[in-house]
Amino acid sequence: MNDIGLALRQALSMLVTLDPSLVGVVLLSLQVSLGAVLIAAIAGAPLGAVLAICHFPGRRPLVVIFNALMGLPPVMVGLFVYVLLSRAGPLGPLGLLFTPRAMVIAQALLVWPIVVALSRQAVEDLWIEYAEALRSLGARWWHAVPTLLWDARHALITVLLAGFGRAIAEVGAVMIVGGNIDGVTRVMTTSIALETSKGNLAFAMALGFVLLALVVLLNALAFTIRQRTMPHGT
Amino acid sequence: MERDVSLPAASHRPAPEAAQAAAPLSPPPALVLERLGYARAGQVIIDDVSVVLNGTARTLILGPNGAGKSVLMRLCHGLLVPTSGSLRWEPARPVRQAMVFQRPVVLRRSVLANVTYALHLAGVPRRRRRAQAFDALERVGLAGLASRAADLLSGGERQRLALARAWALAPEVLFLDEPTANLDPASTAAVERIAMAIHAAGTRIVMSTHNLGQARRLAGDIVFIDQGRVIEHVPAPRFFAAPGSMNARRYLEAELP
Repeated sequence: MNDIGLALRQALSMLVTLDPSLVGVVLLSLQVSLGAVLIAAIAGAPLGAVLAICHFPGRRPLVVIFNALMGLPPVMVGLFVYVLLSRAGPLGPLGLLFTPRAMVIAQALLVWPIVVALSRQAVEDLWIEYAEALRSLGARWWHAVPTLLWDARHALITVLLAGFGRAIAEVGAVMIVGGNIDGVTRVMTTSIALETSKGNLAFAMALGFVLLALVVLLNALAFTIRQRTMPHGT
Repeated sequence: MERDVSLPAASHRPAPEAAQAAAPLSPPPALVLERLGYARAGQVIIDDVSVVLNGTARTLILGPNGAGKSVLMRLCHGLLVPTSGSLRWEPARPVRQAMVFQRPVVLRRSVLANVTYALHLAGVPRRRRRAQAFDALERVGLAGLASRAADLLSGGERQRLALARAWALAPEVLFLDEPTANLDPASTAAVERIAMAIHAAGTRIVMSTHNLGQARRLAGDIVFIDQGRVIEHVPAPRFFAAPGSMNARRYLEAELP
């Protein structure tokens, strides 16, 4: 009990004094997860919109698959990316394994289905309202996709926040492809796992607080955006 | 890649060069429906409709709820594809047309951007869009709200915006599907004024309504439909003085004071 009290005090002092190794880990975490969300957004939102409005053969299975992939286990993604990037793998020559870039790739893959599935839902809701009017104006699907993405922008921000929440909190994928190398690929979640097993509870707890604060902040942000964009009525 | 089922080719895409004209000067194209039919899930909604809309009179489509008024207009506009029969324009060429819906859809952007968006889709060059959009907003009395977020407009203002968006395209034919069904009397009057002004500029007006007073004010001719069939297509004065069918007589008698 005393140990825990001591660790807690140490953790707080690390936070207050902005301990350099702590800050480094937090910044790398943010960098990796924001990069992953950016890539997933660019690759995911337009695809979600296309799935929402275009009816082509194979659309339904795709929708089901992306919905299912929202629950993809991070270690599976980690394993998959590891195999791709390992020296013997198809992308081995790029030498990306155990670099922050590999972590960005893994998290982007993890977040991508979330962005696709949730933005499809958001765009589909809007499309129900817009379809006739846009078609009446002569819009084809390649006009409708950017229009709907822009008009659903508030909903899409909450989608990206959900994706970021997933990325920043996962440990399995970055652990496998990053390798948790001190000062290079060590992020919050992998540090917490390592330091806890090493018995360095103070460091783990300090990171835990930061992670918790970030997740709460994200949810507050998402909540605020939802509140602001409630239908105004006519 | 070009084929896409969810967004059927809008055969009526406004021709860019023509959309820039202030108003069509020649008489608006006539719409010829021949044995037009539309069924969905085995249920016949429009049944063997043959009607010619020509001349320059405003056409009002009347009929009880569920008669098929909305579906008929969507078939005419090209939003639905007939399951039998045919529909053509005379002269046969792509016709610039627009439609105003019962529930106006406004894009979540500024009032002005709502109109420039339509002009963009119509192929109007970027440098002309702003001026044309302002012009259209002025005509419906919304120029003062041009920079306002469109989703903050009142119901009446939204419908006027929808009319401005349609008018900006200088349509040869304008369909209005119960445009005043959800509006208060003042907004209804504004919509009627605008519809008459668009008509005066040479556009063919085809409008459905539930409001018999409105039909009396606006109609040149009446298309009365019931259960998906056209029962009468006659000049409005004759329809209101002596409806030729039992269905129409019953429909008119049900009017509340």
